[in-house]
Amino acid sequence: MSKITRRKFLAGSMAGGAAIAMAPTKKAFGANLEGFPDGMGVLVDMTRCVGCRSCEAACNKEQNLPEPNKSFDDFSVFDEIKHGEKRRPTEKAYTVVNRYEPEGSEPVYRKIQCNHCNEPACLTSCFVNAYTKTPEGAVIYNDKVCVGCRNCMIACPFSIPAYSYSSAINPIIKKCIFCYDTRLKNGQTPACVEACPQQVMVFGKRKELIKIAHDRIRRSPGKYVDQVYGEKEVGGTGWLYLSGVPFQQAGFNVSLPSEPIINNVKDFLAIVPMVLAIWPALFTGFHLLATKGKSHGHGDDHSHDGQEEH
Amino acid sequence: MVNTGKKFMAGLAGLIICCLLMMNCYAMESYPEEIEIDVLAELYEGVVFDHGLHVMMTEGCAVCHHHTTGTPVVDSYCAKCHTNEEPMATVSCKDCHSSEPVTAGSVRGKDTVLFHDDKPDLKAAYHLSCLGCHQDMGAPVGCQDCHARTEAGDAFFHSGQFAPTGSTGSSGH
Repeated sequence: MSKITRRKFLAGSMAGGAAIAMAPTKKAFGANLEGFPDGMGVLVDMTRCVGCRSCEAACNKEQNLPEPNKSFDDFSVFDEIKHGEKRRPTEKAYTVVNRYEPEGSEPVYRKIQCNHCNEPACLTSCFVNAYTKTPEGAVIYNDKVCVGCRNCMIACPFSIPAYSYSSAINPIIKKCIFCYDTRLKNGQTPACVEACPQQVMVFGKRKELIKIAHDRIRRSPGKYVDQVYGEKEVGGTGWLYLSGVPFQQAGFNVSLPSEPIINNVKDFLAIVPMVLAIWPALFTGFHLLATKGKSHGHGDDHSHDGQEEH
Repeated sequence: MVNTGKKFMAGLAGLIICCLLMMNCYAMESYPEEIEIDVLAELYEGVVFDHGLHVMMTEGCAVCHHHTTGTPVVDSYCAKCHTNEEPMATVSCKDCHSSEPVTAGSVRGKDTVLFHDDKPDLKAAYHLSCLGCHQDMGAPVGCQDCHARTEAGDAFFHSGQFAPTGSTGSSGH
């Protein structure tokens, strides 16, 4: 075990600062990148969902989640309201289905889980770098690194990451990982998608899903709202939604920008490394120049101080 | 006595309706009265589908069978191409709808017949067709109204004998 000395720490932070100072050029290049070219996603067609909750049960089984509070065939959960809101993902359920009742329409069911953004805000907000966007399209996280700061919970525009409040010793973030470890890595369909009796969800390359989504809208005039939610929102998400009712009536946040969340702070963040890397050296230089050849002046000061003390 | 009387009446009614239908519908020379749908049975038992009853209740074969029985298609999208149809050699759902789960690759890739892409897999074809109509007609829509759940299904849904016990549910984790 080597101890980190002050000298090492400073050297490290200088190197880090230099590395960050190089970053803006890289970021500028990545600004127009639309995620990984072969990233996978899921198209959710809400006009098909009947709210059977099979997907929730499948997720529970696949992810070895603890026993639910209520059976998965108990539909009273749709009436649950907590803190004025419908159900949201928790440490015990990475996906939940909610029911909405738009005026003049049949009830609409909306499954929520991590949308696996192209440029995830959770990832950029995480200061221990626990999150990873894999080339397969999943946004996964390393729970051994997570310190439980909950920055990602605030950063996520979809309010997805959940917190293991029940753990007193080591509370960490819990969320849908697109079945990465058990399925996605091997090119397999996620458990929730497979379990759905209505094929509400189609799994595949995000690029192809967008085509399928627009084809469905074109083929069935009047059936869908002419929008694929997630195609543009916050820089694009892996999970995409089709709806028969306006998205806000099904609980979607329709005020999200089409730019990734990171773009809001990119300009500011680009200045930070400059400040950190250049300012110390610059002002040290000024100081050295300003005090050059004034060594006896210090002596005077000291003597002056000394006189005051006496 | 009451039972036999009822059965007789039901049989008679069925016979009369069948006769009427045979006069009306040219493409219904022979069809199975009952079909057991059990290829996908796992969490639920197979469904014993009363095909005869549904033949009587629907307007025509095309409501479920698209164009494969030779009757004109109902869907306006399909009707753009399918105009004068002959009965096909294969008519059952599983002949066209794959029992493998559909993915974007298989939806758009394999099927070379233009416009036959984005075809639901077998499980979805059943549910979308059956449940969609049941909702519209006011027929039963509960999962177990059509197929009883198996023990594996009970475990999957944490229901029945696997139902969460209140105490472990709230304080378990």
